[in-house]
Amino acid sequence: MGGPLCHVKPSTGRTRRECCRRIVKRLLLAATIVIALASISLLIGVGDLSLQALFSPQEGQYATQVLLISRIPRTLALILAGTAMAVAGTIMQMLTRNRFVEPSTAGTVESASLGLLIVTLFAPEAPVIVKMLVAGGFALAGTALFLRILKLVPLRSVLTVPLVGIMLGGVIGAITTFFAYRFDLLQSLNAWTTGDFSGVLRGRYELLWIAFALTLLAYLAADRLTLAGMGRDFATNLGLRYRSVVSFGLIIVAMVTATIVVTVGMLPFLGLIVPNVVSLMMGDNMRRSLPWVALLGAGLVLACDIIGRVAYYPYEIPIGTIMGIIGSGLFLFLLLKGRERLA
Amino acid sequence: MIEISNVSKSYGDTIVVREVSLQIPRRGVTSIIGPNGAGKSTLLSMISRLAPMTAGTVKVDGLDVTRTPSDVLAKRLSILRQDNRVGSRLTVRDLVEFGRYPYSKGRLTPEDRAQADKAIRFLDLQAYSDRFLDELSGGQRQRAYVAMVLCQDTDYVLFDEPLNNLDMKHAVGMMKLLRQAADTLGKTIVLVLHDINFASCYSDYIVAMRDGAVVRHGPPDVIMTSEAIRDVYDMDVEIQEIQGRRISIYYT
Ligand SMILES: Nc1ncnc2c1ncn2[C@@H]1O[C@H](COP(=O)(O)OP(=O)(O)O)[C@@H](O)[C@H]1O
Ligand SMILES: [Mg+2]
Repeated sequence: MGGPLCHVKPSTGRTRRECCRRIVKRLLLAATIVIALASISLLIGVGDLSLQALFSPQEGQYATQVLLISRIPRTLALILAGTAMAVAGTIMQMLTRNRFVEPSTAGTVESASLGLLIVTLFAPEAPVIVKMLVAGGFALAGTALFLRILKLVPLRSVLTVPLVGIMLGGVIGAITTFFAYRFDLLQSLNAWTTGDFSGVLRGRYELLWIAFALTLLAYLAADRLTLAGMGRDFATNLGLRYRSVVSFGLIIVAMVTATIVVTVGMLPFLGLIVPNVVSLMMGDNMRRSLPWVALLGAGLVLACDIIGRVAYYPYEIPIGTIMGIIGSGLFLFLLLKGRERLA
Repeated sequence: MIEISNVSKSYGDTIVVREVSLQIPRRGVTSIIGPNGAGKSTLLSMISRLAPMTAGTVKVDGLDVTRTPSDVLAKRLSILRQDNRVGSRLTVRDLVEFGRYPYSKGRLTPEDRAQADKAIRFLDLQAYSDRFLDELSGGQRQRAYVAMVLCQDTDYVLFDEPLNNLDMKHAVGMMKLLRQAADTLGKTIVLVLHDINFASCYSDYIVAMRDGAVVRHGPPDVIMTSEAIRDVYDMDVEIQEIQGRRISIYYT
């Protein structure tokens, strides 16, 4: 708890206010880095877009168009999706009390894709918000099934939890692939399951603001989610309605996942890496850690996207691939470094 | 007062608590003793609405624990269970401050902070207040949990084996602290203890359980007899009066 973001260290002889100021300062620094990454992201790409072009009379209009229709939407989409996915991963790890769980290791993503496939088959003309809600419903049901199975599995070790999730995701994914194959929708399915921001244009990403709003909502409930993360008995003792808080958290995770699957496609590893790094750095008190989770999520996605765009210029490596490489590297590092705690 | 009437608990066909009726008066220290598997933890969980009961009712100050909203109860009764595994990386101070959650709902007032400071001091945790729970020894962590529960500042406080993992000095310190909370703050403390000598020295009342039932209950000098202890534990012990206290010699 503490003040909104404060972590006081009386042992160092600083007052609460001094500490708050230091923490705000660090957050501002991190935010500045994210803004810098965002600016770089705005300026690179195949279409020529330099600051001079933007302000030159001949090319200015074209450059402004590129900026408004493609670049700004893409950068915003990266930030919104990165933030939301990292926060969703944090919530899942708190609620399952397991550091290896995130939407793609709990059947959530696969369920969302299945829902999206079904609504695409039966109501191809439905507005995208309806598709998102259907996908969200499936994601929620899939995650609930995951939790139900966990209760039935005896001898839960830290690793069986994500293994169960990955197996469940495998089964649901196989069903989805089967029907996608039968109905010639494999290409769409591929777009949902692998994140790609190259197609983001104005009018095709705005749904991500919903994910952002859900993220804010999670922040408002940060204390309750942290308490729920302490386990049912602690939470109940402190008067928390444990089940409603868990349901609330899962609805947020499901809807965020659905939004991302519908708009830009799944971002692997993000919900796993970011929460773990932040937890190691500053613990699990979500009131304090969530701003960092959000900034780190946005920063990591922006950085991966920039690397993907410049590494093979003018070709673009999909962000999912870059995230896979960087993510697995970071994850290995975390596994080795935080071994005692994770195992 | 805690009124326990005809409370039972069964898992399938096995009855682990059978028709327990008991009244625990306000103010003072009540200890529950009994062999492993006697149902002590189960009883405590049912009193504190952490586990549902199969039959019976529990009332705390007239409030039925299964019907009273959890947040109302959280201001009257708190519990620390036997095995606690908070997986989250919280600092000791975070944890203790969460003890104020029933009142503050996350917005800590200066009084809430003062209360947390006091609890940290009482449990001798000042040096560790900014450490993460997973960076503490078992005994330090146990003290942090106790500090959180004390910070919750409820009239009724239930502890399941609070001396777990504590060294001699901290065990005695803990018992003195609980005794003091009962005497000066008027708290009602209910605890499960394994060391019957601690129960003898610090309780006003002892409840002895065996096979899911209460077999004996009464003040320490009634329970601390060779005969009563044999009934509870199936073990012959010698009880001596040392400095006015009844102490059992059971080590050899
Ligand atoms: N979830 C459970 N399912 C089946 N039996 C249980 C369960 N929990 C506890 N028990 C049984 O209930 C009995 C009482 O347990 P408990 O209340 O923990 O004993 P105590 O705290 O007195 O040592 C034990 O025999 C234990 O095996
Ligand atoms: Mg027990």
